[in-house]
Amino acid sequence: MAQTRLSLNDPVTRGLFYQALVIGGVVAVGWYLIHNTLTNLESRSIATGYSFLEREASFAIGETLIDYSPADSYGRALLVGLLNTLKVSAIGIALATVLGVVVGIARLSKNFLVARLASAYVEVVRNIPPLLQLFFWYALITEGMPAVRQALEPLPGVFLTQRGLWMPVPLADPAWKAMGVAFIAACFALWGVKRWAAARQARTGQPFPLFAAGAGLLAGVPFVVWLAYGAPTAMSVPELRGFNFVGGVNLSPEFFAILVGLTVYTSAFIAEVVRSGILAVNWGQTEASRALGLNNAQALRLVVLPQALRVIIPPVTSQYLNLTKNTSLALAIGYPDLVSIANTVINQTGQAIEGVAIIMGVYLSISLAISLFMNWYNKKIALVER
Amino acid sequence: MTAAASHIPAPAEKPPVASVGFIGWMRENLFSSWSNALLTVLIVWLLFKTIPPLVGWLFINAYGFDTSSRVCIADRSGACWAFVGEKFRFILYGTFPYDEHWRPLTTVLIFVGLLAASCSRRFWRPWFAGVWIVGLLAVGVLMWGGVFGLSRVENALWGGLPLTIMLSVVGLAVAFPLSVLLALGRRSNMPAIKAICVGYIELIRGVPLVSLLFMSSVMFPLFLPEGFTVDKLLRAQVAFILFAAAYQAEAIRGGLQAIPKGQYEAADALGLSYWQKMGKIILPQALTISIPPLVNTFIAFFKDTSLVIIIGLFDLLGTAKAALTDPNWRGFFLEAYLFIGLIYWFFCYSMSKYSQWLERSLHRGHAR
Repeated sequence: MAQTRLSLNDPVTRGLFYQALVIGGVVAVGWYLIHNTLTNLESRSIATGYSFLEREASFAIGETLIDYSPADSYGRALLVGLLNTLKVSAIGIALATVLGVVVGIARLSKNFLVARLASAYVEVVRNIPPLLQLFFWYALITEGMPAVRQALEPLPGVFLTQRGLWMPVPLADPAWKAMGVAFIAACFALWGVKRWAAARQARTGQPFPLFAAGAGLLAGVPFVVWLAYGAPTAMSVPELRGFNFVGGVNLSPEFFAILVGLTVYTSAFIAEVVRSGILAVNWGQTEASRALGLNNAQALRLVVLPQALRVIIPPVTSQYLNLTKNTSLALAIGYPDLVSIANTVINQTGQAIEGVAIIMGVYLSISLAISLFMNWYNKKIALVER
Repeated sequence: MTAAASHIPAPAEKPPVASVGFIGWMRENLFSSWSNALLTVLIVWLLFKTIPPLVGWLFINAYGFDTSSRVCIADRSGACWAFVGEKFRFILYGTFPYDEHWRPLTTVLIFVGLLAASCSRRFWRPWFAGVWIVGLLAVGVLMWGGVFGLSRVENALWGGLPLTIMLSVVGLAVAFPLSVLLALGRRSNMPAIKAICVGYIELIRGVPLVSLLFMSSVMFPLFLPEGFTVDKLLRAQVAFILFAAAYQAEAIRGGLQAIPKGQYEAADALGLSYWQKMGKIILPQALTISIPPLVNTFIAFFKDTSLVIIIGLFDLLGTAKAALTDPNWRGFFLEAYLFIGLIYWFFCYSMSKYSQWLERSLHRGHAR
């Protein structure tokens, strides 16, 4: 027989009362801030809303993945910035993962020198602010490298100068697109083969050389396509003409600095995660797999890594997120990422609130997307307990 | 019988020379297999290629603290420590009036002393908060001046190491109570309070610090009533506090989750109110075990203070960059970055070692 009592001694009433109090407080503060903002905007005669996104940007951007000219809109400029952010994040995540895994495993090496060198790397890199590291790499290129005319040539066709790195690239050819399609098709084929091989092994116990087959598929199919297109080998090699290089592909100092800086910084954290993940697998598992007659590589691949990955994946994801968020440091060295373009837009239009809202909205969506994906993945690989 | 009694065991054989001592260690650690031996040789070769030139640049060919800049610029084969000799006071203290540099120096010493004392578990008592408040007041008096015959220094002139430490320590200290409330709110049964806390924490953790600093520098002035301005330093400090509160709240939540349910139930059974339960039973235990993650948060935070350069404040990194723009001393970025890199590294490394040690010693207490 529930009795409604309007007394603060009743926990339910008290809970409702406190919640109403807190919500009221939050709403009041929010209302006060919004009211002030609106008054200020009015007195400074700044229009609100996102209509400025369609106006002409009239500033140039050094590096773009899509066609862009100063006559394009602010919206397109921000899109260019977003694509640059995603480009640095994607390449950085791939490189940092490789480097981090290598260093993490090296820290556990039985070789004294390897282990010490790896741990010195981790301890130095992770205790120095990332921004300082970015400035260091940027200064190393722009001040430490020779001028264009005295360019260093560490490999034939590759030039290092204070304006960045020039590399030869294959000339445009329809073959490259077809090879890309072939590679994606090979990935799907490999996925199918993997399922078939797993089913067959479950049925008959016969293992399938999946690694060799996978390498063959992923490399072989694009290779055959390349041959079918007449094996194009023409390269565009950078050449010094006048005051600058012509041809090839140029990595700007800004891009180089942010990529190397974030890769190195994040790799130290990934190395620690990988190391602790491997250590978290009981030594008995390794001994047991040796007792079953698996060799070192098999023990690592079939027994240790699948268990270590469960420990490794969640913290590595948060490192990926950190790397993505740290691309915003690009602002300090002038790489045109989302934040630095939004900064220019804010300075030109005065639309501070909208600009900051766009930055926050984009990063929040990236964070949310990655964490949703990770939650799904975690559920997939979680131990099935009875 | 006598034969048995007179049995003398043969003296123990010495282990083979190749398995003990230095040679044994080398065989075990450097040449245990072909691949390892190859790696060792490769690394020794690499070290041989890099270490001598590095030592040469750092020390042998380097110029001392009192060389003139012309000599340094003419010969770039060695480091020019004269740059650091010339600029270190500017890098450390920024544009603080030159004759008053003892004040930021004392500030740094007070902060280091407080931090070092806080490492000892003997001082993890409520009264130590009082010591912190006194210390922070002393710092405020030293930096601002205007009383006790100290000349007044506007905070637009502050910079360098004191600014770096101040932004991080004050940010941490002010954010701490806020983060405890946020962590408790996130674990609360009241849906509205929980939603607000979760929303706040995830919002802040989902966006880069740069965007918060941006917000503080371009949006903050719009939030305030007309005619009311807040200077740049305070705005940055507010952004740091909001940022730190979310990250610390997550560290504390970890501690709260580690407390066994029985503790909560026992406190309820004793008839304690919510605040009594939290204040007397749960938080003392939860905060103790969340100190190592809190220290890690602080390290990250200490490094992140370098971002204030983006909104035009001169912390340690900012003053170093400003020192590099001196036309008489162009191009000594390696020396400058090495110098401040060492300072950052020293602070972060010692804190991370402390956090690791603390984690082990706290764990030992639980294992017993």
